[in-house]
Amino acid sequence: MAKITLKDLSHSYLEKQNSNVDWALREVNIDWKDGGAYALLGPSGCGKTTLLNIVSGLLKPTKGKVLFNDKDITTLNPVERDIAQIFQFPVIYDTMTVYDNLAFPLKNRGLSESEIESKVKEIAEMLELTSTLNNRASGLTADGKQKISLGRGLVRSDVNVIMFDEPLTVIDPHLKWVLRSKLKELHQKINRTMIYVTHDQTEALTFADQVVVMHEGQIVQTGTPVELFEKPKHTFVGHFIGSPGMNILPCEIKNGEVNFSGQKILSHKTIKKSNFNKTQLGIRPEFINFSNNGIPVKIKRVSNTGRHKIIDTESRGGNIKILSNSSTEIPSGSAHITFNQKYTYVYEDNWIIE
Amino acid sequence: MNKTINQKAWFFVIPVFILVAFNAAIPLMTVVNYSFQETFGNNVFAWEGTRWFKQILISERFHAALGRQIAFTFIILLIQIPLGIGIALTMPKKGWGVPVCLILMSMPLLIPWNVVGAMWNIFALPDIGFLGHSLNGMGFDYNFTQQPGDAWFTTILMDVWHWTSLVVLLSYAGLNSIQPAYYQAAEIDGASRWATFRYIELPKMKKVLTLAILLRFMDSFMIYTEPFVLTGGGPGNTTAFLSIDLVKMALGQFDLGPAAAMSLIYFFIVLLVCWVFYNLMMKNEAQS
Repeated sequence: MAKITLKDLSHSYLEKQNSNVDWALREVNIDWKDGGAYALLGPSGCGKTTLLNIVSGLLKPTKGKVLFNDKDITTLNPVERDIAQIFQFPVIYDTMTVYDNLAFPLKNRGLSESEIESKVKEIAEMLELTSTLNNRASGLTADGKQKISLGRGLVRSDVNVIMFDEPLTVIDPHLKWVLRSKLKELHQKINRTMIYVTHDQTEALTFADQVVVMHEGQIVQTGTPVELFEKPKHTFVGHFIGSPGMNILPCEIKNGEVNFSGQKILSHKTIKKSNFNKTQLGIRPEFINFSNNGIPVKIKRVSNTGRHKIIDTESRGGNIKILSNSSTEIPSGSAHITFNQKYTYVYEDNWIIE
Repeated sequence: MNKTINQKAWFFVIPVFILVAFNAAIPLMTVVNYSFQETFGNNVFAWEGTRWFKQILISERFHAALGRQIAFTFIILLIQIPLGIGIALTMPKKGWGVPVCLILMSMPLLIPWNVVGAMWNIFALPDIGFLGHSLNGMGFDYNFTQQPGDAWFTTILMDVWHWTSLVVLLSYAGLNSIQPAYYQAAEIDGASRWATFRYIELPKMKKVLTLAILLRFMDSFMIYTEPFVLTGGGPGNTTAFLSIDLVKMALGQFDLGPAAAMSLIYFFIVLLVCWVFYNLMMKNEAQS
């Protein structure tokens, strides 16, 4: 068990780095508490797998340090770090039985036969693999194989951290739910630090207490699922989390007043700064209401998802999406909307102004 | 659904039928023809039944040639397969070293077989050849034209030089197709280098290695040109492998009947071994 600290971590796969683009990771700083469940969320290529491989020791960072319990372990290999990692695609030892697959990490560490047997049986029971223990692993289906991969990661009780690299990609939707709740349940039971990498927001938000959102090699926000939803600190978070994502609209700021398409908008805080680069307004579709006066919009399309309606509208300043209850009456043609002040944020160069 | 039945479509098969007939079936049938008859030239044949087959099967000469052949094939497989895997494991996986290694490895495979034989003949000559002269200079009494042991040593060395590359290239292809995640998982599971080889690399190379062993078995079991040019089967008959012995019998002594019977027996041995071996290797694949 361990507390994990990442200090000024940067990584590049190139020998020489000329610009920001050449870095897969840029100055990442993280503190992960012992026993927490964390998710790394971001689109493909944002650097989350790189970050994970640095924590596990498969990659040595170009710059920065990795600390477990305040001890610098940057130069240690995965075995010395005592971690477990589960990969996106099932990795099994083809020639071994399911039992031997699960026992392999324990055997390599020199545990006694009886210890191995009890641990393997316990894990097999949990993952519902008991009936196939004596079968050859290569004969299993994709999700059976991935369960073995999971099992090999979970079978060791002494690990500092268990890492999951999009482990449910190959699992079919029904089983995804089952396995995800299994993992959550397991986390509560064994209380070990777990890091879960995914590009699926539902997966991240349901699994983790704290979600780290990554974008182009940087951490853009760390927080609870609620924080990420209610107060995105970067336009990317607003856009990436939520369905549909946050409306990001161009705006102008003069004398502390926010102007959007000629209208004065009240944001969650008064703005004290005066000189700005590119400024944008962010408002989630959930926090927009129809009203008698406000921003004039044209309704373009209404789609009913059953639980709620998504309304595509057009304003002078750009397209705005609105989410409302499916029971709400939607005006047709033109309408006026207002933004909920508490959830209206202003961003400069994509970062929130506070 | 109504299928159109048109037997004329069979005409499309005629070209390939003729081709196969002329290059495989007809020559093979003449061999079968010879194997059951005695011929005195001028197209005069006399029926002999299975006499030639019986004669070959109990012939000490055939047993000796077969023994030499099995020994040769066994030894070169024993050297080339592990050596090939070993070289493939040490080859670089990226960078400029990859094309360099691949080209170097392909070189021996591109040289015509009789040239290989001639090269090694000159290379190994005890008085002027680089290998022969050096060995004698180091105090070894080496003469492949006189001493059977030396002749075997040289023939095997030549075959290893010529064909290990094939095993290397196949193994290398097999190794390169392994996903990095397998190595990463093995690292995290704490597998030793040997365990990684045994449980990841070797199983993943199984198909290409089956192919390599089959190809090397067939080629070495039918080897003719290289030892013929290098040693001519000598000294005495000590390096006269099956095909060399067969040619001696057919063209040297003009014993067409026994030679034809021997060809067929030879052919069936190769076929049988390949079939048994392939089925053994693929047995587990079918189960899973």
